[in-house]
Amino acid sequence: MFEEYDIIVVGAGHAGSEAAAAAAKLGSKVLLITMNMSNIAQMSCNPAIGGIAKGQIIREIDAMGGYSGIVTDHTTIQFRMLNKSKGPAMWSPRAQNDRMLFSIKWREILENTANLDFWQDMVVAVLTDGDRVTGIKTGMGLEIKAKAVILANGTFLNGIIHIGKKQFGGGRIGEKASKGLTESLNAIGFESARMKTGTPVRVDGRTIDFSKLEEQKGDENPQKFSFTDTPILKKQRSCYIAYTNKKVHDALRVGFADSPMFSGRIEGIGPRYCPSVEDKINRFANKSSHQLFAEPEGWNTTEYYLSGFSSSLPDYVQFNALRKIPGFENAKIFRPGYAIEYDYFPPIQLNYTLETKLIQNLYFAGQINGTTGYEEAAAQGIIAGINAHLKINEKPEFILTRSDAYIGVLIDDLITKGVDEPYRMFTSRAEYRVLLRQDNADIRLTALSHKIGLASDERLDLVNHKIKLIEQIKSFVKKESVSPEEINTYLEKINSKTLMQKVKIESLILRPEVTLNDLINRITSLNNFVHSLDKNHLPEIIEETEILLKYDNYIRKEKEVAQKMSKLDQIKLSDNFDYRSLKALSWEASEKLTKIKPRTIGQASRISGVSPADISILIVYLGR
Amino acid sequence: MDTNEMICALATVPGTAAIAVIRISGSGSIEKISSLFKPAKSNFNLSEANSHTIHYGDIIFDDELLDDVLVSVFRNPHSYTGEDSVEISCHGSPYIQQKLLENLINSGIRLARPGEFTMRAFLNGKMDLAQAEAVADLIASNSKTAHNLAIDQMRGGFSKRIGELRKELIGFASLIELELDFSEENVEFADRQQLLDLIRKIKTEIESLIQSFNFGNVLKAGIPVAIIGKPNVGKSTLLNTLLQEEKAIVSEIPGTTRDSIEDTIIIDGVAFRFIDTAGLRPTEDTIETIGIERTLEKIKQARIILFVFDVATCTMDQIKEVIEEHRHLINDPSKRVILIGNKIDQLIEIPKGFKDLLEMETIFVSAKRKENINLISDSLLKSVSREQIEDNAIVSNTRHYEALSNSLDALNSVEEAMLQGISSDLVASDIRQALYHLGTITGQIVNDDILNHIFKNFCIGK
Repeated sequence: MFEEYDIIVVGAGHAGSEAAAAAAKLGSKVLLITMNMSNIAQMSCNPAIGGIAKGQIIREIDAMGGYSGIVTDHTTIQFRMLNKSKGPAMWSPRAQNDRMLFSIKWREILENTANLDFWQDMVVAVLTDGDRVTGIKTGMGLEIKAKAVILANGTFLNGIIHIGKKQFGGGRIGEKASKGLTESLNAIGFESARMKTGTPVRVDGRTIDFSKLEEQKGDENPQKFSFTDTPILKKQRSCYIAYTNKKVHDALRVGFADSPMFSGRIEGIGPRYCPSVEDKINRFANKSSHQLFAEPEGWNTTEYYLSGFSSSLPDYVQFNALRKIPGFENAKIFRPGYAIEYDYFPPIQLNYTLETKLIQNLYFAGQINGTTGYEEAAAQGIIAGINAHLKINEKPEFILTRSDAYIGVLIDDLITKGVDEPYRMFTSRAEYRVLLRQDNADIRLTALSHKIGLASDERLDLVNHKIKLIEQIKSFVKKESVSPEEINTYLEKINSKTLMQKVKIESLILRPEVTLNDLINRITSLNNFVHSLDKNHLPEIIEETEILLKYDNYIRKEKEVAQKMSKLDQIKLSDNFDYRSLKALSWEASEKLTKIKPRTIGQASRISGVSPADISILIVYLGR
Repeated sequence: MDTNEMICALATVPGTAAIAVIRISGSGSIEKISSLFKPAKSNFNLSEANSHTIHYGDIIFDDELLDDVLVSVFRNPHSYTGEDSVEISCHGSPYIQQKLLENLINSGIRLARPGEFTMRAFLNGKMDLAQAEAVADLIASNSKTAHNLAIDQMRGGFSKRIGELRKELIGFASLIELELDFSEENVEFADRQQLLDLIRKIKTEIESLIQSFNFGNVLKAGIPVAIIGKPNVGKSTLLNTLLQEEKAIVSEIPGTTRDSIEDTIIIDGVAFRFIDTAGLRPTEDTIETIGIERTLEKIKQARIILFVFDVATCTMDQIKEVIEEHRHLINDPSKRVILIGNKIDQLIEIPKGFKDLLEMETIFVSAKRKENINLISDSLLKSVSREQIEDNAIVSNTRHYEALSNSLDALNSVEEAMLQGISSDLVASDIRQALYHLGTITGQIVNDDILNHIFKNFCIGK
């Protein structure tokens, strides 16, 4: 029934969808296998994309020619640029999405991708020949051959759902767990472990008293994720902020005895930064109130997602506590919150390409690697998809560094440090935060992706146009001056020091209180110049120019450190390096190094348990 | 780099001496030397010698006796490098040293690269990086205080204190990072005033370490002392007398401008570097004027000024006049001025009222007859309090000084940014810069520039 495929992608969540799309677009013949064709790219938790650090990742995926940004833009019901009051490194796009439309849009895109086939089934084993993958075996007993296999199984591997004392198998509520695959991989020699995550109750909006909640509207001038010409939002839906109180907490405590978390029935490790509500009131007992967000699930549904109220307490306990929240006194629920435990494979078993060290041409992407979040999953998907294609075509690997992208930080962290709780991206994980901004993702990545054939010519033209115009505006404001007469009224108005003599326009942009747009509106020469430019994407280009000028000092300093540190990433370490023979290395370091086999001194320096002293020893030994 | 090879080098200063020591290290070196060594004791084989033993015998190459020597044996891991090592003490003629090395090389032992012995010690876990760095300083130290500084650093010294500061700063940084990453989730904000206080506290400490660099460097190089005064008041005689009286080593250290020679004397373990001020008089000669300008420049660097005047011929008023001329020096808080009343041998007694009138530290001496010279030595020593040397963290390494200065720059940016209310992600960026630079001192941040720098500072043989 099946011919041999180039690449089989197992799982059609955010990782699997990006992987399949990227590989197929590059020209590989791809088969995407999912247990349920109606749930492609399902948003299992928040109906939202982006946020701090995650929004940057989606912009990066888009800049490379992935689809998460485009799908988001087509299905957004509310958009906010978070942290606009902070520096540009913190500006983070975030969208509320129509959960159902999101899935439909992804399916539409995938179905319109050439070279991409679909099959609904459960994969129960990978087939190997020696140290190379040759295909997969399905629950229906089919064996399908492929040159490469990407596993993106999400939370489905031996998934167990917990609600109070009740527990049942499942990969998502109402969906079967995937059985057999973990055992097949264990038999080959892969290590697996358990993780846990949770999701909150879904509430019927018709039963919420919104007058008691705080409305949180979208931005007045909503932006979007994709650098391409996706639609801009015309109307938006609001979210609502609610607060728990002591009565809510007391009502939740009633169920503690039946909590699968506190009773130890859940063995998997959950994320500290995304705790369940019972965890919050248990750990922060002196805090009398916690913030909750009621997020609409779509344009045309009354369903609300209650962010911050994640719980695995018995359904009736969740329900009773919910009704103690002001605004939710008469609430009805569509379904309770639950916790889910699943298998993951510690990602130190992977290379930078997300190929496994043990089996060639086998790739892992997404939650199977112990991460959490659609964005983190999608990022791994596109990297695995690209590299699987490159590998079977015997082309060089595609690797992003820590100073290239958040995606580079993500993968380096995963394969170098491993995970001890579900891994979520934070801006603090990136040492070059000021360089990795959402506004310049295209400048950082589009050309790299175009070079391997993924990002289209149109995308490259767009970014080249942007770069050209930025340079033109920059050189104009560095060259041209502004007189006190022309600008002092404005400066007075914004409480900025007035000019005594002519200065270069650039020197005004450096003032925190001055914006480039204001200057364009007030300095005739600059106004004329900017209006003589191509209008295409001009507002973004002006914003980007302003960032580059205003924060030049910070950008330069981070680039210097990045350059210094990148030297360590250029010192290669051989896979066969006998660490145990170097007596000066600590025992822990030599064990970790032997296991992880870092590619470079830089990577070795990021392994926990490898001290700076150990790194000095390696550098000196290598004769540097 | 192959660390299994045997290496050798001269461990003593090249040139003629009573003895010279050649060091050999590496697996197999005891056996190798054994094949070249004919022990005086019959029935003895060097390759069976215990660690830390010394053996007398002849070194023979091509059946020809080169020298009779003492051979010390150190067995892995109880040697400087942690490898099997041998030290050959031979007679110190350049010919023997040369011949011995030549023959060792011919027998398959490679000449060591600069710092290679220490590098091996480091690779074999015998010392950490800071210690290796201190070894370079230790070898270069030529006074007790410089030696103490190096020893202090070898034991960890002030990098421990910087480590503590860095930890505080990391705590600060993580609060801000938390605030940034969870800005949507109503986390409690870190108290900005507290943070500012902490930054200022760290700044003060780093500033004091930076200041100590000057002091540390002075101790390392010798405290600069200038002897000034009008011509013929006895400056040269005084200098010569000081040099003779203190039987300590007199070395020639090129001055910073590399155009003058300075004499260093060591008094009770502390080095003093005397700046030559001959030629300080009004002149028309251009060349001499340049010399005087340089001298004046050097006086600026001096920490102690010995202001010499002739008590036999000068009147009180003349002395006061000269003092007034140099008021700028006397009032400079970074300098200590000691008046030296010379030529007391020509007086019957010191005129009354002299001490009271001058209101400055004054020592009356006869440079010619070497009278009261010890009072000058004692006074010089007072410039350096023992506590200052022994109890305080002192920065004496240029690399550390640079890292501290860079940290201070970053901390200043943090403070400025906070005062201007600049967004905390940018404040965090400056904090990261400071952490980076501080980390290069404590060794928490490694980059290969630092390592190169450290091992380049060795001469061959260590």
